[in-house]
Amino acid sequence: MRIRISHATTYHYATPPKSVTQVLRLTPRNHDGQYVVNWRIELSQDCQLHQRDGAFGNVSHSFTAEGPFDELSVTVVGEVDTQDTHGIVTGTIERFPPALFLRDTDLTEADPAIIAFADDVRDKAGPETLGLMHGLMLAINDAITFDTDPTLVTTTAAEAFELKRGVCQDGTHIFLAAARHLGVPARYVSGHFYREDDAAAQDAGHAWAEAYIEKLGWVGFDPTNGISPTEAHVRVAIGLDYLGAAPVRGTRYGGSGETLTVAVNVDQVGRPSQSQSQS
Amino acid sequence: MATAFDEMRGHDGEEVRPAYAELERWLKEVPPDVLDYRRREAELIFRRIGITFAVYGEADSTERLIPFDVIPRIMSASEWRFLEKGLTQRVNALNMFIKDVYGAREVIKAGVIPEDLVFRNPAFRPEMNGQSVPHDIYIHIAGIDIIRVDAETFYVLEDNARTPSGVSYMLENREIMMRLFPELFSRHRIAPVENYPDELLASLKSVAPLTTSRDPNVVLLTPGVYNSAYYEHSFLADKLGVELVEGRDLFVKDEIVYMRTTQGPQRVDVIYRRVDDDFIDPLAYRPDSVLGVPGLMSAYAAGNVTLANAVGTGISDDKAVYSFMPDIVKFYLGEEPILKNVPTWRCRDKDSLTYVLDNLAELVVKEVHGSGGYGMLIGPTASKVAIEQFRAKLKTAPNNFIAQPTLALSTSPTCVEQGVAPRHVDLRPFVLTGRNGVRIVPGGLTRVALKEGSLVVNSSQGGGTKDTWVLDK
Amino acid sequence: MLSRTADNLYWLSRYVERAEYLARILDATQRLSALPLAYVGATNEWESAVLTAGCATGFFQQYDEANEENVTDYLAFSTANSSSIRNCFEMARGNARAVRTALTMEMWDAINGTWLELKRYGNGPTSREELSRFLRWVQESSLRFDGSAYRTMLRSDAYWFSRLGVYMERADNTARILDVKYHLLLPDNERVGGPLDYFQWAAILRSVSALTAYHWVYRESLKPWLVADLLILKEEMPRSLASCYEAIVRNLDQVANVYGRQGPAQRQARGIRNRLQNSQMEGIFQRGLHEFISEFITENNRLGAAITEQFLL
Repeated sequence: MRIRISHATTYHYATPPKSVTQVLRLTPRNHDGQYVVNWRIELSQDCQLHQRDGAFGNVSHSFTAEGPFDELSVTVVGEVDTQDTHGIVTGTIERFPPALFLRDTDLTEADPAIIAFADDVRDKAGPETLGLMHGLMLAINDAITFDTDPTLVTTTAAEAFELKRGVCQDGTHIFLAAARHLGVPARYVSGHFYREDDAAAQDAGHAWAEAYIEKLGWVGFDPTNGISPTEAHVRVAIGLDYLGAAPVRGTRYGGSGETLTVAVNVDQVGRPSQSQSQS
Repeated sequence: MATAFDEMRGHDGEEVRPAYAELERWLKEVPPDVLDYRRREAELIFRRIGITFAVYGEADSTERLIPFDVIPRIMSASEWRFLEKGLTQRVNALNMFIKDVYGAREVIKAGVIPEDLVFRNPAFRPEMNGQSVPHDIYIHIAGIDIIRVDAETFYVLEDNARTPSGVSYMLENREIMMRLFPELFSRHRIAPVENYPDELLASLKSVAPLTTSRDPNVVLLTPGVYNSAYYEHSFLADKLGVELVEGRDLFVKDEIVYMRTTQGPQRVDVIYRRVDDDFIDPLAYRPDSVLGVPGLMSAYAAGNVTLANAVGTGISDDKAVYSFMPDIVKFYLGEEPILKNVPTWRCRDKDSLTYVLDNLAELVVKEVHGSGGYGMLIGPTASKVAIEQFRAKLKTAPNNFIAQPTLALSTSPTCVEQGVAPRHVDLRPFVLTGRNGVRIVPGGLTRVALKEGSLVVNSSQGGGTKDTWVLDK
Repeated sequence: MLSRTADNLYWLSRYVERAEYLARILDATQRLSALPLAYVGATNEWESAVLTAGCATGFFQQYDEANEENVTDYLAFSTANSSSIRNCFEMARGNARAVRTALTMEMWDAINGTWLELKRYGNGPTSREELSRFLRWVQESSLRFDGSAYRTMLRSDAYWFSRLGVYMERADNTARILDVKYHLLLPDNERVGGPLDYFQWAAILRSVSALTAYHWVYRESLKPWLVADLLILKEEMPRSLASCYEAIVRNLDQVANVYGRQGPAQRQARGIRNRLQNSQMEGIFQRGLHEFISEFITENNRLGAAITEQFLL
C-alpha cells in the first residue's frame, strides 16, 4: 500500500519568543515491509536543520529558530510503500540487545494494579510469549476506553490504567509496563496509521508497542486497535516510552501564550478521500 | 569488632608511627585550651570567609557549618605513592569501562559483568551509546572514597564518577590550618594542595573539543543558588577564573553552545557541570527540567562541546558494578588491582543472599543505586525492627542490594570535648584526568565521624572534616 | 560578563533605590498628614502617596480606603504588593545572592545585613515613632549600599550596569512624583495657591531630598516653576531628570567604549538627554507640563526595554 502522510505542528505565540529550539523525530526509515518513497521537512522559519542518528537508530533533526515570530510550523510530507509482515519487524537498525528494553521509565513503571492485571493475563494466556503478548494487547484493548480528554503527554501508565481511559500513547505505556513486568522486552513505537473509515484527517500521530519474542524477533502490538500492525501502519521512531520517541520536543526562550495545533493527514495514494476532495 | 588501627599509634601498644612523631610531640607541648581556642577561631573564620554565604539561604535558620577538626590527618610519602598508583590504575580502568559500555561492550561479551547490570541500570544512558566524546575521556573528575583497616590495607569504599563534591573543603581546610598553626607547619614539609584549581583548569582545557580553535572557553554549570553545593560551585568558579553559569545562561544554535553575555553570544567549549544527567537537557531527559540547556545533547553528539564529567558515567557509581571492579581492572589493564575492594556479597546471587540474610546483624547492607549513606543498614548498630524491615526489602528485591562486612575504619586523633581522642576517618582524594593523563593533588578530603565509635562520616550525620597532609618523606 | 549577572546587578540597584524612594514618599506624606486641615486642604494625601508609588490599581483591589494604616502597610510591609519596601529588599537580596561573587564583601554585607534586619521589623511598626525610625533606617540602608558600591567596586562593566540600575530607577521615580503632582507646579498656581500649596511643594522636594538644595540653588522662597525647574532640568541636583540622564549616558558610554560597540540603548539615552538639555521651563509649560512628563516616562521605559534587550537577555 502506498501511504501519503502529512504531519503539521503549528505553534502560535501571544508574545513572540526570542528563540525556539526543537528536536524532531518525524522521519521514517526503511526496513522490511516499509520503504520511504519520498520525505521532506519544512520549517516556517529560516534556520539550519541538523540531522543526526539518535540512540535507538531514529532519524532526528534539531534546530534553533531565532525570533521574534508569531507563528512557527514544522511540517513533514511524504509517501511510504508498506507491506503486511504480520506485525513482525525485521531489517531495522538495532543498536541494543533486547535486554535494554526491560528498563523501567517514569512513564512506564508498573504499579500494583498493572502488575496484578499482567499476572492475571499470564494466568489466562499461559507462559508462551507470543500468545501472552497477544492476550495482553487484547486485554488492554478491552480495558481501556479510547478518550482524548482525560490524559496528557505526561500521564503515566499507572495513572491511565487507573482511569481506564486514554489515547494510543496510554494504551502503549500500559502494554510496556505490563510486558516488562512479565519479563518481556518491549518498546514504544510512534508512527502513523491509515484508517480505512475515510477519516484521513487526524489530530495526532499514532503509537503502538513492539515486544521481543524469541525466534521471531520484534513483533508489533497495537493495543488501541487490538491488532498487530499491518500495511496500514507506518513506523517512524522507537524508544523506551513516549519521551524517547516523541515526534517533537521543544522549548522556547522568551515569549508567552503558546498554543499548539497538530494536523495529521494519512491517506492511501490514488484514492479520492473526503478530506482531499474538500480541500 | 577488634580495636581499629590508629593512624597515629597503629594497633594497641605500638610505637607512634613516624609520620605522626612531630605532631605527637607538638600535641604534648600545646596547652589544651590553646587547641580549643584555635578550634573556635577556625569556626569563626569559616563562617566569615567561607561557608557564611553557603548557608545565607534559609531565612533565619541557624547556619549549618560542617565541623572542622584542627588536628590534621597525616600520611607519609610512601603511603601516598601507593595510593596514587592505585587511584591512577582504578580511574584509568573506570574510564576504559565507561568507554566500552557505550561502545563495543567487550566487558559484557566476555562475561565479566552481566548485561542486565548495565542495561537495566538507571544510570546507563542509551543516548550515549556509540557516541564518542572528546579525547575518549569520560571521567574527568573522580572522587574515590578510601578507607584503611591496618598499616598496609586500604580499601576503596565507593567510586564517585558523577559530580563528586567536597574539594572546596580540602582547599579551605588547608588555608585555615596555615593561618592558625604556622608553627606546626614550620616543623613539617607538606605537599601543597593550593594548585588544585590550576590543575583542574588545565585538565578541563586539555579536553576541549577538536573543533575549538582558540583558547577554550570553560564554564562551570550549577543548578543555582538553591543547590546545597552552590557554595562549592561559586568557590570553584572563582578560583578557576571561569563563569559560573546556570542553564538559562546557555543556549544551543547550530549544534554549538553559547553563553548569553552583555557583548552578545560567546561560544562555550568545555562545561564543568554540576548538574545531574537527568536535568541537563530537557529535550533529551526530564522535560520538566529548568536547570538544563535545551539541545545540549545535540551539540554534545556533534562533538562541539565537552561535558565534564561525560553523561552516563554514573553507572560506575553503582554498588553492584563496584563489586565487579577487581575483575574490571584485570580485564582492561591485565593487572592485579592495587587498591582492594571491600569484600562484597551481591544479593542477586542466591548463595550470597542466603548468607546475608543469616548474618544481617553483622553486616552493612547498601542499596546498589544509593549514595551518601541513604538506604543503608548497619547491622551491628541497627535495632531489631530495622533489621527485620530490611530483611523484607531484601527478599522482595535482592537485586537492589549488596552487603559488606562492618569494617573498623582507621582512627585518627581528633579534638573532642574531653580533649584529644581517636575517631574513625575515611579519605576522598580527587582524581583529575585530562589529555595528558591522570593528576592527583596529594591528599584529599578526610572525613571524620565525630561521635565516639561511630563509623558514619557523612556530614549529614554528624561527620566533620580534617586537613590531610602528605609529608615529603 | 554574563547577561544574567548584569541583569542581577542592574535590578539589585533598582530595588534598593526603589525602597529608598518609597520610604521618602511615606515620610513626606506623614509630615503632610500631620498638618492641620486648613494648611493642606481636603485632598487625601495617602491616596496621592499610593498614586506616586505607582501601585494604585493593586492597592484598591485590596483596600477600599486610602488611609495612613492601609497605605503604610501596603507600601512598606505588604507581601501582596510586589513593590513594597519589604519586597524590594527581598528582591534586591535575591539578586545579590545570585551574583554573590560579582559583589564586593562590603556590598554583600550591606544588602545582606539589611535583609536580616528587616526580619526584626516583623509585620510592621506598631507606633508612628517606630515607623519614622523604620523609614529612616530604609534610607540609611540604601545609602550604605550605594556608598559601598561606589567605594569598593572595580570600575568595570559590573559597576556600570549597577549604576545604570540606580539612575534608571531614580529617573522613573522623580518623573512619577512630577506626574502625580504636576498641577501643583503650574506657574499660574501661585496665585490660587497659598500656604496650602506651600506645604505641598515642600513635600515634593522632601520626597526627592531636595528641600535644602532648593534654597542653595535659588536663594528664594518656594515657587512652583522653580521646583519644577529643579526637578527636571537642573543637572546639579542629583535626583533631577537631567542629572539622571547625564549619569545614564555616561555609564552607557563607558560600556560602549569597553565593548567597542554602540547600540540602540546608547542612541536612545543620548536622544533623551539632548532633549532635556535643550529644554527650558517656559517652553515646557507652553507645550504642557503634563504632556512633557508623560512623554518622558514613556521614553524612559522604552530605554529600559532597550537596555534589557541589548545587554541583559
